[in-house]
Formats: sequence, structure tokens, C-alpha cells
Amino acid sequence: MSDEIILKMRGIRKVFPGVVALDHVDFTLRRGEIHALMGENGAGKSTLIKVLTGIYELDGGEIFLGNHPKPVIIHSPQEAKDKGISAVYQEISLCPNLTVAENLFIGREPKKHGFIDWKAIHERASAILKSLDIPVESTKPLEECSIAIQQMVAIARAIDMKCQVLILDEPTSSLDDGEVEKLFKLMTQLKQQGVGIVFVTHFLEQVYAICDKITVLRNGELVGEYAVEALPRIQLVAKMMGKDFDDLKKIKNDADLKVKDQHAKPLIEAEGLGRINHIKPFDLCVYSGEVVGFTGLLGSGRSELVRSLYGADKPDCGKLKMHDQVIKFKTPKDAIKKGLAYLPEDRKRDGIIDDLSVRENIIIALQAKRGLFKPMGRKEMEDFADQYIELLQIKTASRETPIKNLSGGNQQKVIIGRWLLTNPEYLILDEPTRGIDIGTKTEIQKLVLKLAKEGMGIAFISSEIDEMLRTCSRMIVMRDHEKVGELTGSTLTEEHIMNTIAGGVKADEKR
Amino acid sequence: MKLLNKRLNTAVSKQKMVSDTTFLILVTVSLFIVMYIAGMIIFHDQGFAKPQMFLNLLISNAGLIVIACGLTLVMITGGIDISVGSVTALVCMTSAYSMEVLGTSAYTSILIALAIGLAFGVVQGYLVSYLNIQPFIVTLAGMFFGRGMTAVISKEMLTIKNATFRSWADFKIYLPFGTVNKSGIYQPAYIYPTVIIALIIVVLIVFMLKKTKFGRSLYAVGGNQQSALMMGLNVKRSKMMAYVLSGLLAGIGGFLFCLNTGAGFVEQARGLEMDAISSSVIGGTLLSGGVGNPIGTLFGVLIKGTIGSLITTQGTLSSWWVRIVLSALLCFFIVLQSVITSRKRQAE
Amino acid sequence: MKKDDPQSLSSSKENIVASIMHHHLFMPILGLMVVLLSNLITKPDFFVISMNHGVLYGNLIDVLNRGSELVILAIGMTLVTAASGGQDISVGAVMAVSAAVCCSLLSGGAASTNVLQMPIIVAAIAGIAASGLCGAFNGLLVSKFKIQPMVATLILFTAGRGIAQLFTKGQNVYVRVDTFKIFGNFIPGIPVPTPIMISIVTVIIMAIILKTTTLGLYVQSVGINSNASRLVGLNATRIKFVTYVICGLLAGLAGFISASRIYSADANNIGLYLEMDAILAVALGGNLLSGGKFSFAGSIIGAFTIQGLTTTLYAMNVSADQLPVYKAVVVVIIVVLQSPVVQKQLKRIQMKRKSVKVLEKGGVSA
Repeated sequence: MSDEIILKMRGIRKVFPGVVALDHVDFTLRRGEIHALMGENGAGKSTLIKVLTGIYELDGGEIFLGNHPKPVIIHSPQEAKDKGISAVYQEISLCPNLTVAENLFIGREPKKHGFIDWKAIHERASAILKSLDIPVESTKPLEECSIAIQQMVAIARAIDMKCQVLILDEPTSSLDDGEVEKLFKLMTQLKQQGVGIVFVTHFLEQVYAICDKITVLRNGELVGEYAVEALPRIQLVAKMMGKDFDDLKKIKNDADLKVKDQHAKPLIEAEGLGRINHIKPFDLCVYSGEVVGFTGLLGSGRSELVRSLYGADKPDCGKLKMHDQVIKFKTPKDAIKKGLAYLPEDRKRDGIIDDLSVRENIIIALQAKRGLFKPMGRKEMEDFADQYIELLQIKTASRETPIKNLSGGNQQKVIIGRWLLTNPEYLILDEPTRGIDIGTKTEIQKLVLKLAKEGMGIAFISSEIDEMLRTCSRMIVMRDHEKVGELTGSTLTEEHIMNTIAGGVKADEKR
Repeated sequence: MKLLNKRLNTAVSKQKMVSDTTFLILVTVSLFIVMYIAGMIIFHDQGFAKPQMFLNLLISNAGLIVIACGLTLVMITGGIDISVGSVTALVCMTSAYSMEVLGTSAYTSILIALAIGLAFGVVQGYLVSYLNIQPFIVTLAGMFFGRGMTAVISKEMLTIKNATFRSWADFKIYLPFGTVNKSGIYQPAYIYPTVIIALIIVVLIVFMLKKTKFGRSLYAVGGNQQSALMMGLNVKRSKMMAYVLSGLLAGIGGFLFCLNTGAGFVEQARGLEMDAISSSVIGGTLLSGGVGNPIGTLFGVLIKGTIGSLITTQGTLSSWWVRIVLSALLCFFIVLQSVITSRKRQAE
Repeated sequence: MKKDDPQSLSSSKENIVASIMHHHLFMPILGLMVVLLSNLITKPDFFVISMNHGVLYGNLIDVLNRGSELVILAIGMTLVTAASGGQDISVGAVMAVSAAVCCSLLSGGAASTNVLQMPIIVAAIAGIAASGLCGAFNGLLVSKFKIQPMVATLILFTAGRGIAQLFTKGQNVYVRVDTFKIFGNFIPGIPVPTPIMISIVTVIIMAIILKTTTLGLYVQSVGINSNASRLVGLNATRIKFVTYVICGLLAGLAGFISASRIYSADANNIGLYLEMDAILAVALGGNLLSGGKFSFAGSIIGAFTIQGLTTTLYAMNVSADQLPVYKAVVVVIIVVLQSPVVQKQLKRIQMKRKSVKVLEKGGVSA
């Protein structure tokens, strides 16, 4: 690593309708540096990358490359590449049906007499693969290679196109340990060649294993840039999770609410439930009337865990009991019938049915539960819709407005209303407050506590630790697709949670 | 279905080196060989074993070979073109009309054929690639338009009597081998120029797909359009050009078809789009795009031709069995592809 | 908007006009009007309906009568389009299958018959059931094997007529029995053509199904967001499958009417080009061909618009085999207008106009 700066971003601002995605963000990358870009959901990591690679145009700020005193403007990924900035995404942007060599050279094939020179392609491809120590034949179709190799081929393509700034966006999330090691070897080699690498990941171990610098973003703002040695894990976690909305503390007064009845019978019990590659087998026991938080960093398996409870993804081992009876959910419908409800993490993709009205979006789950031949009357539907629009204070022009015309927070309330209408025994809320204004956030938190008080079992997932501390009486901590801890009572403190999330921190502290 | 899946699994696991695409082509080629040999054994007394029988397959399907190869290009990009049958009918009709009614030369009619094909390709290509309309709807409209225009030109069947045209159509090229018929006279095997043209076009397309930037971009677009875009390829232009070429080849193929039939009428080449699609799919082209090879398509056409000859030689089965068997075969291959792709998705 | 705003009164009037103009049936009805009224130019007596020999006569009756099969097909096509975002192009061929099964049963396998070999109702049900089977085949390919609808139905589009020929043994099977003819013509003593009544009954049955089941909501939900539908407990695969079966059954009914009209099963010509008309009807009815929300009323209006267009074109001496040219052009115009790229452009132009208007208004008040 040298001190020569190859990329400097200053005061970056990016606004989307209704949301400021990035504001006053600085980022600096030096030659031969591996720089981690960290942050939770909605922190602005991917927006920053998209601004840098020309997918988004920025609304404010400047980007400088190398020593040029003049800022550059990047309009397209192609232009970014021409300027030496390449990105390799988790979803690999290569063509699976072509060979490795072709993926390296497509669009810039060497030619002989006006036609593609396959001999040269394979020779040069083999040379590149050899120089980067990538163990694969250049003639192999890409789809037959492991994800790790595909990842490396994508990196090799970027390097061969003279890239100076290499962005790796969560490259390791689908790799096993051995593969990660290979990737790290490649990264180290590139670092020695003087390439600057921006590394986005949510695996803390990996950050500490390979990175030189860390830049943390939260809610679209810069938290700070740190040298790795100067930032212990627990502090990193604290900086990522932040302590926002302190003014909301006041709703925490109902402390007695959180103490669950020790003699109660469990509502749902999971024994060794798991799904290969998604969630390692776990045990779990939840009661009626309690709010259980599932925490851990993005990608730690918290969503996968609740999805396996709900039958959204079929678990392939273990068993599930409800009211002491063994049950099996083949489809979400089975779960709904047994009184489960699930508010998915990705509202747009899995939640709203965008062309349907607010009314239809509210009643659809109950209607699906009742079945094809028992339609609700018009009046009944309207009453239900009005009732929940009123109860949740959903701001909509009318109950017949298509849900896509509502703001994010109100869409979320509609989905909550949809599930409350089915009168569930167990309500799973996966990031219900993500991308929602503060006012609505508070409302949702209050609602969660109220429902629990009325006896509903609730699973609550959030990226904001404060929010969870306010609402949950127990927290399940996840790391690397595994349940690593369960905290209640006196252990339910910020520090403890972060310790458990960070993992192996005690050793650090002793040192 | 489970059985099929299981068999597939074993087939693939046994030969890890053989990729799915090669596997599909192998299935096709062996299917053709088996069918043809079966035909030779069962119908050996009806001339199935004669080399001329095989050459006749090429002669009667020369037009289809060209058309199906054009369609293969479109299918490699992940699209489809079901207008080719109608384009063929329209080309035949305009050729017949221009020569017989308007009295133009045979050379002019070639130009007209090419122009028609090109026009269809350009319009359909633009709608699909630049306006993002489903290729199926666009080419369905093209299919109806072409068929309707054929009827607009003439509802009567027009037989082509133009001397130049006939001399092309009847020009036999004798090959240095042959058979001796029952009366002991040596009959040399022959082909028509159409076959040579068709085969040259196949070779040219193979060459183009393998050796030019444009050819490779078609595969890239079909493999993953988003990736192709990110890698700096001009996706829209590639797609557009695929349709233009398909249209143009449908024009050429239509003219070859016309040389074979020597007439133009409204009902001509009905269902030819289906023959072309089946040939391409049976020949290993994936409907989802990214995979396909004109050589495979050639074998697909030969399989279609063999089914036809087997059924006509058999004599008692009616001619619509050809289409039913072909559809069944298409259905089988589509499901096979679907199983292969879903297995791939699961593996990921 | 504040009450005391002087503009509120005039704008509420504007709102009524705007809400009519934005109603989803406004464009379809406008289209139908244009097509029907344009006939007045060549035929001033186009709208005249008269009684002749105890039955109704007139161009309008003709449109309603000839459009019956299309209405029935359009309903099925609407469901399929909404649920799967693709179209069933095999409906014409499936009509031929139904007609072939029905007529060959009635004739007992002979090429022509003057005596029914079995009750009409049994033969009709057999024909419709055969079509339902075709629909199930399409549905299986689309919903279970996730094959694009158009590709999946292409198989029966071409093979269907061949299968029909198998039943008729390649002949036109004639059923020269008066009781069979009534379904495509007239019931003695009733002035309204039977196909109109059958289509009305079909529409009523479908309306009842929509009213008494939740099929409509489910279909729309699956068509709009299949992921979310699964998570609220809908079985997307089964719903798509069911729409294809319904589409097949309805095509079978249409085939039965067509066969009765010409009291024969002409496997080559029954339902020819009708798949195109049905798709057009759906699109003209204001339904998106990419699926989602649907309106039967729109599709029915669309069906009559197409039939009106056909009648008009016939009146202009366009022959049956030339019709597709005009329809293809209409289809292209509709899909171009529906395409997201063009929609975006149109919106941009609208926005510009609005902003210009605002500017002008601002200029006046200043």
C-alpha cells in the first residue's frame, strides 16, 4: 500500500424521490489498498457503488481520479470501465453459456484477417488465468465452473481491461471457506500489483482478515473512515448499527410487558430445523405474548430462519411443533391455516401486489385462507379495509387506490393490516420498518407491543438495534447462517448483543 | 417425469465431461441415425436404403433448412419468429405473380423475395428489440399479415412457367454414384442446386456464429442479456440484426421452397414455422436462448423429413400424422429442456 | 383542494369528464363506436333491425350472432392472459378438435349422417371435455414446466388440426339433422339466433363464477405478483393451470357452435384465424397482454369491435383470407401503444404539456 490516492469522492449526494440515499459522503482509495465499505440495510453502500460505476448520476459532490485536479463525470458502466473502474457483483455479470476464455474476451476479441482469432483468445486467456493463479481451463463453459471461479473470471476480465479501481460487491456470500481463501489470495496478488480494491461484505472476519481500511456508512451518511487496527470489532458493529431515534425511548416504559409468563406452554418449538446452504439446524422455542427479536448482520441468516418457520422455504431437516403437535408446512398456505403470518423483507418483490387496490391487498390473505369458494361480500371487504385503514391510520386517497400509489410506510401498514386481519397466533415481521419515515416506525413499534400484550406471538427483525431493544423481550442472535446466542433479561443489553454478533470479541478485548 | 429426471441425472453424472448442450445434440443425431436405419430395415424393399432417398430428404427440405437456420439465430438470442411460414408463402406468391402476371424476369423475382424477407425482418426486429414488445405477439402479427397479403395478391393458385425459373428448378446435378433399378438400368443419384445453396448457407452461418463478433454477441445476448449489456455489447442492435437475418433467410428459403414447388397459393407452407421451430429445438437450440447450432438444426430438419418419408412410405397412415408426431417430438424436447434448466437452477 | 377555490367548481366538472375518460372501458367503447358508426357511411341502414319469417334480421344482429364464438373465446383468453402474461394460440385448433369429436360421435364415424347416433348433449359434452383436456395439456406445460405460454400452446396450434383430422378420418363429417343445426342457427319460434343466447348464458355463468368464487382476485394477484401471491397462501401453479383448462373448455363450446352452424366438422377451417381475433379482443378491451388486472366487459366489447371490423371489411369486399392483413396491423398498433417504451414517451410528452400549461397559467396570474 502506498499513499498515492487513485480515487477520491467528496461530498457525494444522491436523492431519490422522497429519500436522500446519500448525503455528504466522502470516500478515498489508495493504490494497493483493500478498503472495506461497511453498513447495514439502507446505509447507502450500493448507491455509492452505483454512482461510482455510472449506473446512477450523482446529484452533488465530486469524483477525482488519480492526480487529475479536475473532477470526472461518469455516465455509464462502459465509461467507468474506460476510466479504469470495474465492479464485480454477487450476481455475476458474465454469460454462463460461453466458455471461460470467451467471457474474458467478449466484446474485445482479438482478430485475424477480420475474423475472431480463437487461438489467440485461448492463449491469452490461459496466460491471464495462469498469471492470476485461477485454476480453470480456458475452454470450460462458465456454467460448469463453481461460483468462486466465476467470480474470479469476472475479476480477471476487469484486471485485463486495465482496471485501477476494482469494486467487489459481496463476492463471498455464496462461497465456502476454501473458496474464500482462494479469492483472498487473488485479492492480495492484485493488491501487490497496485490495484485499489473496494470490498463490500457483511462478514466481519473477512474484513479483519484482509482489509486495510474501513469506511462505515449509516442511513446514507458517512460515519467515518478507520484503519482496521484502530477499530475493534465491537466498535465497528456499534458504528454500523448506530443509536438513532433516541427520542423514541419513551415508549419503553411498559417494562413489565416484556416479562413473559414462565409457566406458559410454548407456542412454537423448532428442533434441529435447517436448510442446506441457507440456515444451519437450530432449536427454538417461542411463547404467546412475547416479542422475540432475530438479530445479526445482513446475510447472517435471520430472514432465512423465519422463512423456514413459515414454510416459505421448505426446511430439509428437523421438526416443527405448534401447541405440542408436530406440524409440517409444505406451502405458506399451510402455515397461514395454522395461524402464522409473515411480513416479508422485500416489500416490493414479495409483499405488495402493486396493481391491486388497498382493499384487495388487505383482504387477500384472509381470502386465500378461506378458500376459492367462500368469497367475501363486497360490504364485508370494504368494512375490513376501512377498519384497518382507520386502525393503522393508513394514508390513502381511498380504499380503492392501487397500492402502488401509496408511500412505502403506508404500503407496509397495508401489509401489516393484511396479516392482522387473518388474526394470527404468530406474526413474523421481517424488517417492517425498513425505508419508512420515523413517525410510522414509532407507530409500528407501538403496535407490536400492543399486539404482544393482547397475546400474539411476534417475531421481529430489524437492522436497528435500538428498535429491537425497545420492542423485544428476548433476542436470538445469528451469525454466518447459524444461531449463535439467545439473550434475555439482564443479558439483553446493547453491548452483549454486539459482542455476540461480532463473535470472538472477548479475545480481542483481552489483547 | 421422475423417471425421466432420474435417467437424466444418471446420464449427466455418468459423463460429467459432456455438457448439457452436447448431450442434446447427441440425442438428436442418434435419434436421426436410429430412425433412418430403422426405416432402411423396415422399408428396404421400397427404396428407403437407396442413397437417392437420403438426397430427396435434402431436396424437398432445402428451403426449410435455410429458414430453420435463420430462426435458430433468433432463438439463440432468446427470441422467436413464427412469421417464417407466411413469409415463405408470400415470397412464393409474389414470385409467381411477378413472373406470370407482371412478366418480370426470374432475376427480378429473386430481388423481390429478398426485399420481402428483409422488410419483415427489419420491422419485426425493430418492434422486438427497440420497443421491447414480446417477440411472439409481433411475429404472430407478422404471420397473419404475410398470409393475408398472399391472399390479397391472388386467391388463385399460380403455377410458374417462366423458362429461366424452370431451367433453375429442373437443373439436376448428377453425382458420381447411383443405383441400378429393377430393369437393370443404372440411375445416377442427383441433387438440385437448391441443396447446394442451402448447405452453403448453413456453412456460412456456422462460420459467422463461430468467427465473428456479431455471431458471438448473439450467444452472449441469449445467455444473459443484462451481462451482455454490462460487458459493453450493443444488445439491441444484435437482437435487431438477428431478426433481420432471420427475415432475409426466410426470403431466400422461401425462394428455394418456390423452386421446389413451382407455384404460389394461399395455403402454401402452412405450419412451416412449426417445422422450423421444431427442427431448431430438436437440433438442440434452447428456447430460453444462448445455445444453438445450425448443424443441429440441419439434423432437426432431417429428422422432420425422415418422419415424413417414413409415414408416406408406410402408406396407410394419413399425412397429418407427420405433424402430430413432430409436435409430440417437439413437446418431448421442450419438456426435456425445461427439466434440464430447472435442474440447473436447483443446483445453484 | 380548498372549498373556496374559484376553480373547484369548474374542475369538478372536469373531474367528471376526466373520470369518464379514465374509466377502463372508455377506450374500448369508443373503439366499438368508431367501428360501428363508420359503417353508416357505406350503409345508412346499418343499425336497422327487422323481423323476417319470425326471426330477427339486421347487421347488428349479424355482428352479435357471428361474434358469439369470439366472445366465448375472448373470455377464456382474458383469464389466461391475466394469470400467465401470455396467450393461448391453440384455441382455434382446439375448437376444431371439439367439433371433430362431437360430429364424429354424432355420425357414428360415418362421413355423413341423417340420423343421430347418440344424444347431442352427450356428444357436445364429449367434445367440450376433449377441449378441456387440450387446455389441461397447455396448462401443465405452462404452470408446471414453466414454458412460455406461446411456445407451449404452439404445439397444439399445429398439432390440434391434425388430431381433429384423426377423429374425422380426414373428411368433413356432416350431421344433417335439424335438431343439431339449432345451436348454430335458430330455435323454431324464437327470433333470437341461438349462438347469441349461448354466449349470453356463458357470460352470465362466468359472471356468477366470478361473483361466487374468488377466482378473479386470485388470477389477478398471481398475474401481477406471483411471489407475493405464494406468500399470502395462493397456489400460483394451480391457478394458472385452471385458467388454461377453462380456456380449453370455452374453446370447446365455441367449436360446438361453429360445427352446428355449418352442421359439419371441417377440421381445416373451423376456428381458423380466431386465435388472433381472440387475442385482439383482449387487447382492444383495454387488458394488458402482459397480464395482471383484467376486465371481462372490456374483452366482450373488444370481441364485438373485432366482429364489427370484420363485418365492415366484408362490406368493403375484403375476402376472408385477406382479413388477417388488417387485423395484424391493428394488433401491431395496439401492442406498440401498450409497450412500456412508447408509454414512457407519451407520458413525457404529457408532462411537458402540463408543465407548459402551468407556466401559462402562472404567467396570466402574474
